[in-house]
Amino acid sequence: MSIEARREAGLDPARSGAGTVSEPGPQKPARRSRAADLFSKVAPPLIVFIAFIAFWYAVSYLFLEETQRFLLPPPHDVFIVSFLDTVNLTEILNALLSTTQVALVGLAIAIVIGVSFAVLMSLGKWVERSLYPYAVILQTVPILAIVPLIGFWFDFNFRSRVIVCVIIALFPIITNTLFGLQSVDQQMHDLFTLHKASRWTRLLKLQLPHALPAIFAGFRISAGLSVIGAIVGDFFFRQGEPGIGRLLDVYRAALQSEQLFAALFFSSLLGLVVFWFFGLIGHLLTRHWHDTAGQEV
Amino acid sequence: MEQRNSPAPDTGVRPSSKPGAAANAPIIEFRHAGKVFDDGTHAVDDVSFQVRPEEIVAIVGPSGCGKSTLLRMASGLSPATSGEVESSHERLGYVFQDATLLPWRNVQRNVELFGELRGAPKEERTRLASEVIDLVGLKGFERHYPKALSGGMKMRVSLARSLTMKPPLFLFDEPFGALDEITRERLNDELLRLFATEDFAAIFITHSVNEAVYLSNRVLVMSPRPGRLIGEFAVPFEFPRSADLRFEPDFARLSGEISHALRADLT
Repeated sequence: MSIEARREAGLDPARSGAGTVSEPGPQKPARRSRAADLFSKVAPPLIVFIAFIAFWYAVSYLFLEETQRFLLPPPHDVFIVSFLDTVNLTEILNALLSTTQVALVGLAIAIVIGVSFAVLMSLGKWVERSLYPYAVILQTVPILAIVPLIGFWFDFNFRSRVIVCVIIALFPIITNTLFGLQSVDQQMHDLFTLHKASRWTRLLKLQLPHALPAIFAGFRISAGLSVIGAIVGDFFFRQGEPGIGRLLDVYRAALQSEQLFAALFFSSLLGLVVFWFFGLIGHLLTRHWHDTAGQEV
Repeated sequence: MEQRNSPAPDTGVRPSSKPGAAANAPIIEFRHAGKVFDDGTHAVDDVSFQVRPEEIVAIVGPSGCGKSTLLRMASGLSPATSGEVESSHERLGYVFQDATLLPWRNVQRNVELFGELRGAPKEERTRLASEVIDLVGLKGFERHYPKALSGGMKMRVSLARSLTMKPPLFLFDEPFGALDEITRERLNDELLRLFATEDFAAIFITHSVNEAVYLSNRVLVMSPRPGRLIGEFAVPFEFPRSADLRFEPDFARLSGEISHALRADLT
């Protein structure tokens, strides 16, 4: 029996005196070590990753003729051309930086507008009734169809790209926040009513804290969407610093598929990082009390 | 945790001074009070009774008979639509079947909530909170979050929270209905102990006839919807009561009579 197992089984003198029944013997299974735990988490996605790379090589070398190989260059070519060549890497990273700025500014604005609108809607049924349909329309209107309009109105620069971001990212924030604010138990509301809480107190001490997990779930979805918004914006609005979307288009036109793949990789990474970041913040804020907060992080 | 808290039952408990309390003016009085909801549901019909200071009145009745509505009428959350409910005090402790704790606050901060809503200064809140936390036997759990507490402990926090208001009247809406029997009986005893040391009257709603008899000075029986009072039983047992009372023949006889009254109207 390992030392850990002995501890678990109650042989540890520090623990056995507290009136608990402690029977030595292999009754309780020893907890799995951290390493094993980590392995069970990391191994499955790792296996999928290896399979994916293998599939990629197979397609590159087995299915594609050498003249067609630019359609899917093998992984190491992508790595060498994009990551080890500083000129290419700098170009991609600069574009990524510009896109990140657009996405973050857009997301920040979407958060402020979205949460404010949701709070307003939660305050009065009539506000919700008058605004919610338009929030839905905002969500369902094909973004690509209104992008040219935004260009006309606000120029083809940073501002327009941010606007596209906001439009794409707004809806999940509004709906999640509103859901959170409205899903407070009736009994909790009764409790606050009994103690003559003002509308404001109720919002600050009951509804907003209750909504926090839902709000952060919304932020997380919108964070990913804002990256998409920024890239879509790049495609259409070409004034100002080039973003990764524009670079993607350039690489596509020039058949520079290694760079294209690298740019793709980095833009996905950006989406992943912001998604993960908001998951983490939400988790840190609510881990004391909320069971599911940020479990997928 | 339930076994942690076992103050000797005979300390600090005043001798049987509770029952009677006759000469005092009622702390709450229902006069032909009724409730019809907006959708036409007739929940409560022509209910009249009084609760005098330091008296515990238990109300038993089949599910859906309007027991909870009665408490909502008493608290003003849902005013009577006919007759009247007159309460001599504004402050009341309302304990629901759910502990209704704020999960993002630890025990200490949950207990401080009502003081906060009332605008009490921080110092007073903290002092009051530690006082009542001690009273319900949760000392040492101040920093725990509700997630980490058992059902019985959550109920204690809920009780403590209401106790910070020193309410002259408590409304209990099946507070222990979701707990297992052992925990429930233990909390019944603790409630009686609190009842003896802190002066309050109470209306106690329950499904359980035994619980009603064990806790109260009087048991009122309600009919199925629309809820009317169809019986009133005085509970003669002296305070302080001990757990063994539940096995006395007189206790069983009274419980039996009340059960009969309940069933008589169900047929």
